[in-house]
Amino acid sequence: MADIITLGEAISRHVHDGDCVALEGFTHLIPTAASHEIIRQGKKDLHLVRMTPDLVYDLLIGAGCARKLTFSWGGNPGVGSLHRLRDAVEKGWPQALEIDEHSHADMANAYVAGASGLPFAVLRAYAGSDLPKVNPYIKSVTCPFTGEVLAAVPSVRPDVTVIHAQKADRKGNVLLWGILGVQKEAALAAKRCIVTVEEIVDDLNAPMNACVLPSWALTAVCHVPGGAHPSYAHGYYERDNRFYQAWDPIARDRETFTAWIDEYIRGTADFAAFQTKLAEAK
Amino acid sequence: MSAYSTNEMMTVAAARRLKNGAVCFVGIGLPSKAANLARLTSSPDVVLIYESGPIGAKPSVLPLSIGDGELAETADTVVPTGEIFRYWLQGGRIDVGFLGAAQVDKFGNINTTVIGDYRNPKVRLPGAGGAPEIAGSAKEVLIILKQSHRTFVDKLAFITSVGHGEGGDHRQRLGLPGQGPVGIITDLCIMEPEAGSKEFVVTALHPGVSREQVIENTGWAIRFADNLAVTEAPNAHELEALRALEARTAAAHGQAGGEE
Repeated sequence: MADIITLGEAISRHVHDGDCVALEGFTHLIPTAASHEIIRQGKKDLHLVRMTPDLVYDLLIGAGCARKLTFSWGGNPGVGSLHRLRDAVEKGWPQALEIDEHSHADMANAYVAGASGLPFAVLRAYAGSDLPKVNPYIKSVTCPFTGEVLAAVPSVRPDVTVIHAQKADRKGNVLLWGILGVQKEAALAAKRCIVTVEEIVDDLNAPMNACVLPSWALTAVCHVPGGAHPSYAHGYYERDNRFYQAWDPIARDRETFTAWIDEYIRGTADFAAFQTKLAEAK
Repeated sequence: MSAYSTNEMMTVAAARRLKNGAVCFVGIGLPSKAANLARLTSSPDVVLIYESGPIGAKPSVLPLSIGDGELAETADTVVPTGEIFRYWLQGGRIDVGFLGAAQVDKFGNINTTVIGDYRNPKVRLPGAGGAPEIAGSAKEVLIILKQSHRTFVDKLAFITSVGHGEGGDHRQRLGLPGQGPVGIITDLCIMEPEAGSKEFVVTALHPGVSREQVIENTGWAIRFADNLAVTEAPNAHELEALRALEARTAAAHGQAGGEE
């Protein structure tokens, strides 16, 4: 059974320096609050995994929490570059970042393989692409039945996955809906899984076949309303497009970025305090 | 006929290439704009699939991200991202992959990874996303991007997503299931692969565009088809639909979608 605890407790107990950590959520339900808490607790040397690093990993990379990044598309959606990611890759600031770069299809398959308890994923991919030339983890395998040569990539098996969802019940069963991305696969591929939720209710009232993660498959459930901001939580709040735009000048410059996280993240006790501070600044 | 911009010409010309009823895997930005314009004009039954999971999305405004909520709300169904790539793309159910690019070369290969050396890049671009497998597995591929010396280059620093590779029958030799890029639509012209060599040549100039303009804005020695056509200018219906879509998008998001 998952423990229903605070996010601070969950990160402290279950995210360790040097861990392989996946914060998933494909545009929707991005676990921003968890990234803040990882920064507050000063976690180090993390191997971050995520299809779309987005603002959450721009934060963690710029704050010096990461040594390696596994990803497949690293931009600020609808805006442009992730400046902290680029600065780490191009200039090694605040520390060198090892890059393990894939495609979306590859990573989605690698999560499926991880959740399936398999050592690698197989897919039809990369013929003619230069990615296998720069990533030694992209290899090939020959089909024993047809002889077709297919791409083989290691499964993703994080030490800990964090996702955000709409609802949990009081036992810690979790319901999510809308764009699901690879959240279910990432949750089941990991040794430990933390889920932050918009609300905790008596009864999920989940329709048959809905995406429900049973409490016994999770490690911790944390009540963090608004925890996916500036992405959205379907049925709760919309994407804060203006924040994505506002992030560009904040992250563009090392000093403004550091001042921002010192004030808004390291300078607040938790995500609720951050939200209050952000609202006051508007 | 009212006046129109070169960007409008590009979007309209790209939208016309999408046949009614086609199943289209849509990239964010310009491809999404053109694909939705097609759905609102000539091809109401086009099926738009976004990599985040929506199948049959019918958004009223252009999405800013590949996973905007309206894509899910208006879709026939929403499936996990793994399923999109495994069952629907790799499974062979995509007629048209509609892609943007940072750079292309004469064989329609795409770079969205780096400018300069991979280990020591001059500019780090966002990376692959869904494009490499869309480029490989969709039955055909359309590419839309604005044309300049910087975007149409003789030699790519990095091939993220393969087009016709080194040309000729290279795709078959690579064992790729799809036939690869069949058109590149720009703000100046339409290019198509020449039979045999698979090198992209200009098959239609947009109205008022000269051969010299295209030559100046292409990084390789671009050639022109013998039967070079002139693109039909956007008609009133197309322009009206495009401008209304952009106005709805601006009102909803406070910014334009599809300008990446």
